[in-house]
This record gives sequence, structure tokens and C-alpha cells, in this order.
Amino acid sequence: MANLQFTELAYNDLNEFIYGQAKKPVVCSNGMVIGGGTVYPEVNLTLPTMLIDEETMPKVLSQYEEMIHGICSKAHELLSPGIIIEIELLPPCTFNPQWGIDVTKVVKGVMNEYYTKFGLKSLLRMTVVDVREGKTLTHMYKGEHWDNVVNTFRGCAEAGADFLAIESIGGKHLHDEAVMNCDLPKALFSLGVVGCRDMITLWDEIVKIAAETNCIPSGDTACGFANTSMVMAHKNFIPKVFAAIDRVMCAVRTLVAVERGAIGPDKDCGYEGVYLKAITGTPISMEGRTAACAHSSSVGNIAACLADCWSNESVENVRLLGGMAPTVYIEQLIYDCRIMNVAASRGSALEMRDILAESDRMFDPQAYILDPSVVLRISQEIIKGKTHFERTKIAATATIKELRSAFQEGLLQLDAKELKYLDILEKQLKSIPDDEAEFTKMMLKNSTIDKFDPAKYDFNIDSAAK
Amino acid sequence: MFDFSGLSNAVIEGDSDQVQAKVNEAINAKVDPLVIINQGLIGGMNVVGQRFKVNDMFVPEVLMSARAMNDGIELVKPLLAGGEMTNRGTVIIGTVKGDLHDIGKSLVGMMLECSGFKVVDLGVDISPEEFIKAIKENDGKVLALSALLTTTMLSMKSTIEECVAQGMRNDIKVIIGGAPISQEFSDQIGADGYAGDAAAAVELVAKLLAS
Repeated sequence: MANLQFTELAYNDLNEFIYGQAKKPVVCSNGMVIGGGTVYPEVNLTLPTMLIDEETMPKVLSQYEEMIHGICSKAHELLSPGIIIEIELLPPCTFNPQWGIDVTKVVKGVMNEYYTKFGLKSLLRMTVVDVREGKTLTHMYKGEHWDNVVNTFRGCAEAGADFLAIESIGGKHLHDEAVMNCDLPKALFSLGVVGCRDMITLWDEIVKIAAETNCIPSGDTACGFANTSMVMAHKNFIPKVFAAIDRVMCAVRTLVAVERGAIGPDKDCGYEGVYLKAITGTPISMEGRTAACAHSSSVGNIAACLADCWSNESVENVRLLGGMAPTVYIEQLIYDCRIMNVAASRGSALEMRDILAESDRMFDPQAYILDPSVVLRISQEIIKGKTHFERTKIAATATIKELRSAFQEGLLQLDAKELKYLDILEKQLKSIPDDEAEFTKMMLKNSTIDKFDPAKYDFNIDSAAK
Repeated sequence: MFDFSGLSNAVIEGDSDQVQAKVNEAINAKVDPLVIINQGLIGGMNVVGQRFKVNDMFVPEVLMSARAMNDGIELVKPLLAGGEMTNRGTVIIGTVKGDLHDIGKSLVGMMLECSGFKVVDLGVDISPEEFIKAIKENDGKVLALSALLTTTMLSMKSTIEECVAQGMRNDIKVIIGGAPISQEFSDQIGADGYAGDAAAAVELVAKLLAS
């Protein structure tokens, strides 16, 4: 099992920290190199309103076939140098691994057809749903739920997936509660203790499957964590500063996948991927303005600064005036990538990056913490931590410090309510002991079995700081 | 005449100690327990609801207010003739079969609880049969269904059809919500209403139960 320790940043020069270029590019068998100088479009799609069951599976498969035909045809027409297609399997297609495998076969079949006929290079990222939750879950690492996740990964890899990914959810219920209450210590426990440990077990398994099936273990995202905060903040349900701090804390959890052997490209909806790139040099997929079809955000442009793949998050197969939505979205992504790639070829990539950053960073703390220079500064602090717990705590501390100083220097707009919460969260952070075992005991005392059942995670307090 | 402004303000501030002090003051002044609840505690919580609706309060603040209100209610409860008099109606809530999204549904449940409704949260991936069972066991008056996936929206329809099949459709109001849901979809599947967010859900439930 891999157990990489990242104690130095992959980037020390801000001028090298840029979109399309990663210190550790991913070289794929069809010649595409992610992070090797070209930003590739990564389109993500989903089904329209329809049920998925045994009876409807033929229709489900034909929907996927239709979508991929449309996407590949448009990519060929626009002479895209390559595309990535991401399929985030829907829950029934992980609860029933064979259905997920059938989807993979159909999608890959069409992609292969366009390669054979037209030379269109493409890569398939299969994202398995982490179904390890609900009333019938008996254990996180054994039993039906775990088996379904593992079998779906293996089956999809054998059926032709190029990249394996997941949006894992270990500790998520604790985190949901933390978000609702703006409870930073609980978020830290969920991410830096429970989540990181869960990632170790889960990613060891995914990396093993990838090695056995000649597939690439790409990465994880904090979709169920920081993206929940992001959406809640966007609706004004929680302060934006909480969502920004949460995002950076999530970076430590997402990083665990790479520590255990994932090599990228990291998944699109993990905006914390920029920290992953800074620390590990792993290429990342990002999403911004072209993901407005799936959710709103305040990082439409700045998210592209460091992207190696550019995504739309997810769009359902519905008809728009310009055609079916997935086809329309690959077109938008291709054009976005073209402009970034042309800027780079003209030697203007840094200027493009800085324009993208400057257009967003002042208006929202969630955008500010994606600014490449801020990312490098905070990452430099994060790697000083010796454990995941320490690193997550440092991530929160460093982010609060950055946001406060940005406000004071007039680089970031924060209203009085946001500033009040910055004080509240700082106070909460100071209440957290430095000793992980002591902290863990404190948190377990304050949590309930329905939010976190240590037995289901084989959770051992004594191993906390190891 | 007892001045409830101090009690209501303490609820709005989420100051549990102050709420309890003010409730004890009211009890000592022989104020009718139901009046303490309705004018002082729920009165304060109504302001919280309004302020939340116009983005003047965050969810954690609303939850603090709700906890403070509940601490006050606990002091008054023993003085009430019937233990259930504070329940405005029971809402059965859950995310439909095949869907694992949780937090939006939980938020709606919390906001309903804050507004005096009893909430039975069944969790995620709930089959029509499980919803029916919970309605029967808890005397549910409202069924609140959540879905975030285009592929699980139709489970809402199946759940409503099961209510019809069980002969209980006229006894329960069904509301639906979630990112892909619309009023049009609600009309199509025969739900009683759609709410776009938690504050709207509270208003909808109150309106439906009043009608």
C-alpha cells in the first residue's frame, strides 16, 4: 500500500502554478497527457426524469448511448484534441453493480467507435456512488454496501473505464450537523479524523483494483462536505466564511487519496483540488461558470486558474434550443478550453490566470481562497502538520488568518455578519486541544450513534494520533 | 398584563438562560401557560422565521433560537393540561427511494420543528411502504418528500400512488421539494404543494393544515 508523505510543496514558484500544467502529469495510453500543457474539456452528464429499474435499464442504456454519440460527434466536429467523459453513476447503478458495468460498456463502446472512425481521443472517468449509508448499513468496510462499491469499481474498470473516482462520504453525517450549526470543531473531527481514516481504507482498495485492472485511480472530492457548505452559503443559510474555511479543511481529506496512490486528475467538483495540486503536483479537473447548469457558485472564473481539465459538473439529457444539453455543454467546454490553450500558446497563460482570479476573488471568501497565491501560502502552512488532524486544524487557522488580512487590506469584501462569524469560528478553533486523542474523546462524547457509529468504522481512539 | 417582549427577544437572541429566567417570571406571575408559549416563545420564533426568510439570520442562529424556545417550553409543559398541546401537527419527512441526499431534507425537518410541528424524519432511500407505515404509526398529517436526482423524482409519484392505494390520500397532505422539483411537477403527480426552500416549506405546511 502506498503511504506517501507530502512535506514539501510541489510548487515554490507562483509563475509555474498555472492551468494546464501539472508537476506530475498523467500520461494515458491513448496519448492524452493530463497536466501536460493542454486543458481538456471534461463533460459530465446524467439522465432526464426517469426511473432506473430492471424494466427501464434498456432505456437507460439507450439514453447514455444517445448522449455519448452527441458529445463525441460535437467534439469531432470542433476538432477537440481530446475529451474526458465523466459518468457519475446513479445510486441504483452502484446498488446493482452489473447495471453500472453495463453503462460503462455502452459509453466506452461509443467512445471507441469515434476513436476508430474519426481518431477522436477520449477518456472515461467512472465515478462510483458511495452508497455506504442508510439504515441498512451494517459496516463501512464489509457487508453488502461495501461489496457493492468494490464490485462496481472492479466491474467498471474491467469494462473499460480509464479513471476511477468517488465522492466518498465517511464522516458525512457528522459534517452535515457541523454545517447546520457552523460547528468548526465537529467539522474538523468529521474531516480531519473520521474522514481521513475512512479515505485510507477506501483508497487502498480502489488503488488495488486499479492496479489489477490497468486503470488509473484518479481521485476523490469533498462533494458531500464542502460543496454542501458552498450550497448552504449560497442560499445564505450559513456564512460564506464557514464555507471557505471548510473548503480548505477538506483539502487534507481529499489529499489522502493521493497519499494512498491516486494520481489524478482529481475530480471536478472538488474545488479544494487546487490545494492538492499545490502540495502534490497532481493534475486536477475543475468546474466554474460552465457548471451553472448544475449549481450556482461564486467561483465561475477563478476556478479555471489552475484547471487541467474543465468541467460542467453535471447536466441532464434534456433538449435545449441548441440541441441536447450534454452536446451543448461539450461545445461550451471545448470553447473555454480553446481560449485557455491559445492564451498559453501565445505566452499569455499567466495573464489569463490572473485575469480569471482577479475577476472573482474580491467578492466572496470562497473565491478568495482559490486564488493561486493564497493557495500556495495556505498550502505551505498545511504541510507543516504531521498528522491529518494537525493539518486540518492548521488549514482552518491559516484560512481564517488569510481572510482576515485580506479584508483588512481591502482585497476581500466581507459584511458585518461575515466578520462576526470569523470571530466566532476563530474562538471555536482555539477551543480545540492539540492532542488528537483528547479531541477525539471530546467529540465522541458530544456525538450520537445515528451521526457517527464508531463500531461501523472500526474506529479506535488510541490510534487517533498515529 | 405580562410584557412578553423580553421573552421573545431572548428567543430571537437564542439566549437559553434568559429565556428560562423570563419563562419562570411569567409562571410566577400566574400567566396562562399556553399564553406563555404562544405569545412569548412562539411569538419570538415567528420573528426568527421571518428574519430567516429575508436572509437576516443564518440557520445556526435559527437553531439556537429553537433550542432556547424548547428549553422554555420544557418549563411550561408540566403546567399544561395535555402534553401534546404544543404540537401543530405531525410531519413525516424523508428522501425517496433510490436517493441518498440528506441535508436539504434535514434542514426542512429542523425548520418545521422550530415552528412547532412534530417531525418524524425517516432518513434517506425510503420506500413508499415505509412512508405509509410511518404515517399510520405516527398519525401523520403531512408527508414531506425530498429528491435531488432526476432519476428519483418519480419515486415521489409512486409514494403518492401508494397513499391512494392505501385509502389514506384524503387524510394526508403531501408536499415535495428538491433541486429538480417544480410546481409543475408537483401538479403533474398530484402532490398538494411544492416548496423551494425550508422557509417556504414551513409556510406551506402551515397553510395546508389550516385549510
